[in-house]
Amino acid sequence: MVCEMETDQIEEMDVEVLSSMWPDDVGTQADNQFNVEKPAGDSDTLKEVDIAEKRTMADLKRLPELLNTTDQGSSQLTNLVRQWEYMQDHAVRLLREELKILTRQREEAEAKELKIIEEHNFETEEPENVPVLDETSHLFRRFRQKKRDELVDSKRVVIDEEFDTVAYWKQKALSLEKMLEASTERERRLIEKLNESLKTMESHSAPVEELTQNLKRAEGFLHFILQNAPIVMGHQDKDLRYLFIYNKFPSLREQDILGKTDVEIFHGGGVKESEDFKREVLEKGKASKREITFETELFGSKTFLIYVEPVYNKAREKIGINYMGMEVTDQVRKREKMAKLREDNAVRKAMESELTKTIHITEETMRAKQMLATMSHEIRSPLSGVVGMAEILSTTKLDKEQRQLLNVMISSGDLVLQLINDILDLSKVESGVMKLEATKFRPREVVKHVLQTAAASLKKDLTLEGNIADEVPILVVGDVLRIRQILTNLISNAIKFTHRGKVGIKLKVISQPSFASDKEQNETSVWICCDVYDTGIGIPENALPCLFKKYMQASADHARKYGGTGLGLAICKQLVELMGGQLTVTSQVNLGSTFTFILPYKVATSDDHSDDQDEFSDMVDHHQPEPDDTTEGYFQFKPLLGSIYSNGGPVMSNNFLPHKAMLTSPIKLINGSVADPSNSSGQSQTVQVENGGYMDESESAHQYGNGNGHRCPSKESESCSSSQASSEMESELTVSSPREEEKTETEVKETSQPKILLVEDNKINIMVAKSMMKQLGYTMDIANNGVEAINAVKDTSYDLVLMDVCMPVMDGLKATRLIRSYEESGNWDAAIEAGVDIKTSENDQGCERSTDRLPIVAMTANTLAESSEECYANGMDSFISKPVTLQKLKECLQQYLQ
Amino acid sequence: MDTLVSQLQRQFRDYTISLYHQGFLDDQFTELKKLQDECSPDFVAEVVSLFFEDCEKLIGNMARALDQTGNVDFSLVGSSVHQLKGSSSSVGAKRVKGLCVTFKECCDSQNFEGCVRCLQQVDIEYKSLKAKLQDLFSLEQQIVQAGGRIPQVDI
Repeated sequence: MVCEMETDQIEEMDVEVLSSMWPDDVGTQADNQFNVEKPAGDSDTLKEVDIAEKRTMADLKRLPELLNTTDQGSSQLTNLVRQWEYMQDHAVRLLREELKILTRQREEAEAKELKIIEEHNFETEEPENVPVLDETSHLFRRFRQKKRDELVDSKRVVIDEEFDTVAYWKQKALSLEKMLEASTERERRLIEKLNESLKTMESHSAPVEELTQNLKRAEGFLHFILQNAPIVMGHQDKDLRYLFIYNKFPSLREQDILGKTDVEIFHGGGVKESEDFKREVLEKGKASKREITFETELFGSKTFLIYVEPVYNKAREKIGINYMGMEVTDQVRKREKMAKLREDNAVRKAMESELTKTIHITEETMRAKQMLATMSHEIRSPLSGVVGMAEILSTTKLDKEQRQLLNVMISSGDLVLQLINDILDLSKVESGVMKLEATKFRPREVVKHVLQTAAASLKKDLTLEGNIADEVPILVVGDVLRIRQILTNLISNAIKFTHRGKVGIKLKVISQPSFASDKEQNETSVWICCDVYDTGIGIPENALPCLFKKYMQASADHARKYGGTGLGLAICKQLVELMGGQLTVTSQVNLGSTFTFILPYKVATSDDHSDDQDEFSDMVDHHQPEPDDTTEGYFQFKPLLGSIYSNGGPVMSNNFLPHKAMLTSPIKLINGSVADPSNSSGQSQTVQVENGGYMDESESAHQYGNGNGHRCPSKESESCSSSQASSEMESELTVSSPREEEKTETEVKETSQPKILLVEDNKINIMVAKSMMKQLGYTMDIANNGVEAINAVKDTSYDLVLMDVCMPVMDGLKATRLIRSYEESGNWDAAIEAGVDIKTSENDQGCERSTDRLPIVAMTANTLAESSEECYANGMDSFISKPVTLQKLKECLQQYLQ
Repeated sequence: MDTLVSQLQRQFRDYTISLYHQGFLDDQFTELKKLQDECSPDFVAEVVSLFFEDCEKLIGNMARALDQTGNVDFSLVGSSVHQLKGSSSSVGAKRVKGLCVTFKECCDSQNFEGCVRCLQQVDIEYKSLKAKLQDLFSLEQQIVQAGGRIPQVDI
């Protein structure tokens, strides 16, 4: 069928006429295009063809009318007619040719006859001989006549000729007659044939039938092509009322559409637009296309590509529009999606490049900050070594000048250390890595402690006082280290800028300040306002704004005069804000300044002393004998020498011990501390006695403590400091073992701590455990397996061993067994037997404690192979299940190191 | 800027919580985070990167051991698994740890197929954890860069 159309010129022409949106060369490719678009629909299509007529909807009455009255319609008809005419012309031409042939044949026949007559012409001399012929064949006679006319010359020739016999001539004449007859007969037949063909020609000449057929084919083709296409076609009149529609929406009936406008038929988005568009086309008289998205109740959201062209009648008057809509919803959606994707892509790319830029910049910044932190950190270690060594040096015999130089050296070193600590603190706060601890503490004790510390290093005639309002809870929860740090900072600041009068701390409870957000409001929380006041030089008003800025001091003069890093207040402010509070200052020049910080605290539910065994609490005053100390609200430290120093006990915790003083009353100290290092009760008294003993000579040591309260806060406890003191004294008395002398200040401090050995092969576990220990304020040695552990235990006297069970070379169980065996027998024979290479060491400290049972705590992964029973069976005292947590470790240390 | 920070912080919080909820991490990781603030601001990152190095090394060892067809030293594999288990439990890599338990069982029962399967899973698991933690750290970095504080995430 398709092929037929393809070859049929008429059909092709129709296609061109009807589907002007198609490309011009559609002609022979119509078939291909069709196949491309609907590759799998061949059989279906054929089926559909049958019902095509039913589905099509056309106002059949009006269509011909329309066709007749419009340009497009008439052009189609014209085409058909032209085609028909062409065919007719063709037929006529054929007939003419045929006629020509016939005529030529006839001429030939006549020529032949003439020839015969020529041969006969002498017969004319005796016309009597052929009267029958003349009479019977009128035609012959006529011919003869004609020939006679034409052949005048031959007559003469004929006349001249002689005849043979009459019979002979008669016979010849007869045969000639027959030939003539045959020729005549043929001529008649030809004439008949001519008539016949003329008749058939007449019957062909009726064009209606053929036209109808062509039209039908055209229509069929159109249905065939369009029935499934997502195309709606229609014709609307000048008022945009539908006169004709093809492929209407299925649920609409013909009468629902015909005679109505779009607006009357559909409701919803796009309808008005399409109507307007049609009207526009109608007005402008120019065909155009537009994409319109409809949003109707009838068929939902669909996008149509609409083509509208004006229709003219023969008088070139507009009579309506032809309208064709193709549904392109999917395509539009895809296109929009693509556009969106492309847009997103572009945006993302832009963002990415922006991000990389930011990342690059911030990486640089981070690196710089990190570098600062690392540098500070790296500098701190050797520097503390230098300072520590200098301090040890200061305990040796020096002449006055040497001592002076050394003091300068120590104080300078100390200043640098403090600066570095400040920088580290600041960078920690700034980078957000500083985290707050929530620990229970007693505000009164903190205040007292801070004041005591300050008083101890006081070189001025100042009164330090603390005043805590009664309503301040005895026990609160907060980050005591940081609060102490803030207080110490503010107090040392105040002392620095105050030359007479007093410096004090005032604590009171206030209602929730306005800056606090609602979410912080809590039943159990309390806002405490802390004033640190002084009667010092004050701060001029214009210097207040930059007071809390980094590296800024009130003025260059002050900086020169008073020194300092200018970081202290910045850190305080940052810390206070980190804890959700606020730090403010009021000041009057020459009258004094008051720094006020407001912080929220949680009220601890219990003030039971036994609850307060937190390692982080620097308050261990419950060891002190005064029973009312926890509730005391007022402290005063007057610049009377005796009272300062008698309250200055905790200063000793600042690592800088006035060793010289020990020489004055060494026996007492040894009696007080060394004899019973594990007994912390009554320690403070011992220390105080000791302090009392050396007060005259200790002036030079005071500056060390200045502003150093936060330097090693977590480990600051009196028991710690006193035992440290005792160990230092010990070393002093024994004129220091070489080992001790080589140690830097921090290491000296470590020796006072419990010695802990971690036996563990997994370096990650080591790292974690070490870090936890550090946070708990301890350091420890590491052994990587049982053999190393045994050697370590042999060489060093440990207070606790944490032993992994499953290890290469020698596991923890075996190592524990061997250690126990040594404890029982006093020799390492069992270990040597077991193949442990016992290294001999000159330091045989460990031997002394051969009778004590070394606490060994297993660290088990809780597998079957590492059951607790097995641990106990092999001589372990306890076990911690892995992974080790801070809490577990703390509990364990509390149990074995107290 | 503040909105960026709070957005990042929320993202960080959500991401952290999701890591816990999806079982990538457990409380031990929280422990690690607690340890990070004394003098080592990068403690967690250091430990974790050490852990991943360890993973890579141990998995390499195990793969080599399991590659000795017909002559697999299961005790060798087992000791590596033990190591890995210890490390993963120390950093709170919950999924890896869980796999190690199964892995260990396979080793003990000399189940070659099981071992190979576990090895593959461990490999996948630690890599995905690595990727996730890298994301987390980079988020942290972004927050810090944007001038914000790393929020405390309570699980």
